[in-house]
Amino acid sequence: MLGVQQPWAGHAGVDRTVVRVEEKTRVADGVVTLTLAAPDGGRLPDWTPGAHVDLTLDNGLTRQYSLCGDRWDAHAYRVGVLLEPAGRGGSAYVHQQLAPGHVVGLGGPRNDFPLVPADSYLFVAGGIGITPILPMIVQAELLSADWRLIYGGRERRSMAFLDELAAHGDRVQVRPQDEHGLLDLPGFLGRPRPGTRVYGCGPAPLLAALERACAGWPPRTLHTERFVAAERGAPVRTTPFEVELHRSGRTVTVAPGTSVLEALAEAGVEVLSSCRQGTCGTCETTVLAGQPDHRDSLLDDEGRAAGDCMYPCVSRSCSDRLVLDL
Amino acid sequence: MTLTASPTDGLPVSDVDPFSHEVLEDPLPLHEQLREAGPVTYLSRYDVHALARYDEVHAALVDWQEFQSAAGVGLSNFRTEEPWRPPSLLLEADPPQHDAPRRVLTAVLGPRALRRLRERWAADAEELVDQVLAEGTEFDAVTALSQAFPLRVFPDAVGLGPDGRENLLPYGDHAFNAFGPSNDLVAQGAPRIAELSAWVGEQCQRESLAEEGFGAAIWAAADRGDITPQQAPLIVRSLLTAGVDTTVHGISAVLYAFASNPDQWARLRAEPALARVAFDEAIRWESPVQTFFRTTTTAVRIGDAVVPEGHKVLMFLAAANRDPRRWADPDAFDLGRDPSGHVGFGMGLHQCVGQHVARLEAESVLTALARRVARIELAGPTRRHHNNTLRAWGNLPMAVQPA
Ligand code: HEM
Ligand code: FES
Repeated sequence: MLGVQQPWAGHAGVDRTVVRVEEKTRVADGVVTLTLAAPDGGRLPDWTPGAHVDLTLDNGLTRQYSLCGDRWDAHAYRVGVLLEPAGRGGSAYVHQQLAPGHVVGLGGPRNDFPLVPADSYLFVAGGIGITPILPMIVQAELLSADWRLIYGGRERRSMAFLDELAAHGDRVQVRPQDEHGLLDLPGFLGRPRPGTRVYGCGPAPLLAALERACAGWPPRTLHTERFVAAERGAPVRTTPFEVELHRSGRTVTVAPGTSVLEALAEAGVEVLSSCRQGTCGTCETTVLAGQPDHRDSLLDDEGRAAGDCMYPCVSRSCSDRLVLDL
Repeated sequence: MTLTASPTDGLPVSDVDPFSHEVLEDPLPLHEQLREAGPVTYLSRYDVHALARYDEVHAALVDWQEFQSAAGVGLSNFRTEEPWRPPSLLLEADPPQHDAPRRVLTAVLGPRALRRLRERWAADAEELVDQVLAEGTEFDAVTALSQAFPLRVFPDAVGLGPDGRENLLPYGDHAFNAFGPSNDLVAQGAPRIAELSAWVGEQCQRESLAEEGFGAAIWAAADRGDITPQQAPLIVRSLLTAGVDTTVHGISAVLYAFASNPDQWARLRAEPALARVAFDEAIRWESPVQTFFRTTTTAVRIGDAVVPEGHKVLMFLAAANRDPRRWADPDAFDLGRDPSGHVGFGMGLHQCVGQHVARLEAESVLTALARRVARIELAGPTRRHHNNTLRAWGNLPMAVQPA
């Protein structure tokens, strides 16, 4: 059915920067998956395999999680979350407190780990690092590329998604450490050959070993992502902030639940926009001062670090005040 | 157009030819009829379902899962018919094949990548406007500005050589005609298309492209392995196909809009920062790209109708952009309106990846013109240029009063 929504609807429109937890499922020892949906049931922003979202939890922590669901379902995201007792509380919060019905802040999706075209792929996953690899496997299948996966973990019952992977037969090698010891990466990779890309995600020691094992391969063969996401500098604010318009000298207050774009429009300042979900780039606005809370799918880390522009259809502020070139 | 109700499912049925010269000359009456007929109308002549209301067009554009592009975004169904050229890796591709080329072009043509062009294009626009005004205050705006400016800056930005640039417009014109039925417009372009395609193909090779520019950036992505070397020339081709005629007709649209709305020109002069909004309002108002097709990947219910799997659906972007359900006073060209959300650049996964390039070109021209010209008006009969997909002007005689 054609899902007719009213994406432009009014200034009190849908908040595109939150998602609601629909389901929480324990899928292995210490691993839960969350199914997330837009509060209005509408389409979520499109994504590609390797993408992650930023989730801002009720306790103010922002964490990054790889999307590991089905991109053909535009109405749900799935993420996998490992309980990390030594972590700073994000995973403990998800495991212990987050429940269906709760609403969390959303940033992205962004993709720093895209699947580039290749004849064949070798996937290496350690622990919860399996999450970005799952949609990559679907992709490799769709592209009729040759692929294999080696998947390590502490012990079998801590390894998530084994049931889903079982369908792929001997393309997938499951190697719990207590049964097999450390992953035999050189054995898995075999002789260096062109046209192959190696994608690895998992804990730092695994990625370091993978890098060593790929040393003799053609340059740019190896693509990795560390699943231990860096926590963001400034905490995300849940209180109003001010936006100062440099050219007109005016100041607009942005309340929680209202986008900067909407607040500006209500004050009679129209900024041209289009997608209103941080994907098209139309609303790009120059930032003169203040620290934006980037929620778009466009800026990479470099662009974020530059701090000189933002997409006000979704992005907000970490600081009390943002000064925009408007 | 005669509208009847289908005896089977009550769906409005029309035998209209949206690609006839009569409709191409003035499509607005058809757009209104289709919008008012219902959320979807069956066009019996081509066996397609047509969407003309904003809600449905928007919903179909973003729903790449149920409305695919890889079977062609024209009338021709690539599942059963041979495309006239190797399909585009962007426009005529679905995920996952669409992903890598799209990611590369998004970066190459993104607002941040265009910053280095802003000052140069502003200076180029000033120079062009000075030249035009030096030759007189009456001119054909289509050749003097709409074509002259993009042809001056865009091929350079891509990195094309100096020779053969006159091939760009006829090539693009044919490509956009080819999305329609194989009517007289397609036949007109056919004799030259082999020659034009060969020229375009040559320009897409690494050796033909300057060391700096969009073309070189695409090849650099191939060197990094983000796309394959086989994909690179076809991605360059997408710029040469989609990036010239569209912008030319977009600039014509905004110039015509101002010439016929002098109060809006005065407003732009008073507030030059409105140039950006003005261009998007003109894209909404005129919709240089009028239509695109999709193909259903499953039986899709639209309103009360079910469109079967594998069927062509014709989306009237232009009709959506003037749907009174969405826009107040839709026929007015009004700088006071917020045109955000128009579908003139499409929406969703395939939304125009060159939209920031088009906006920067238009903004450069409008800003330069607003600085030098106090009044702008039509100075003679105008002529439309017919194309199966594009809404275009053949000429626009204008008289201006320098400031
Ligand atoms: C006023 C000028 C322009 C208009 C009205 C326009 C319109 C459009 C529209 C409606 C689409 C969506 C097609 C679909 O959904 O099937 C599109 C896609 C596209 N446009 Fe533009 N365009 C313009 C300028 C440009 C320029 C300057 C470039 C190149 C620099 C460009 C390159 C493309 C490409 C490559 C696509 C395919 C994107 C994809 O499928 O992912 N366009 N354009
Ligand atoms: S409107 Fe598309 S990024 Fe903001």
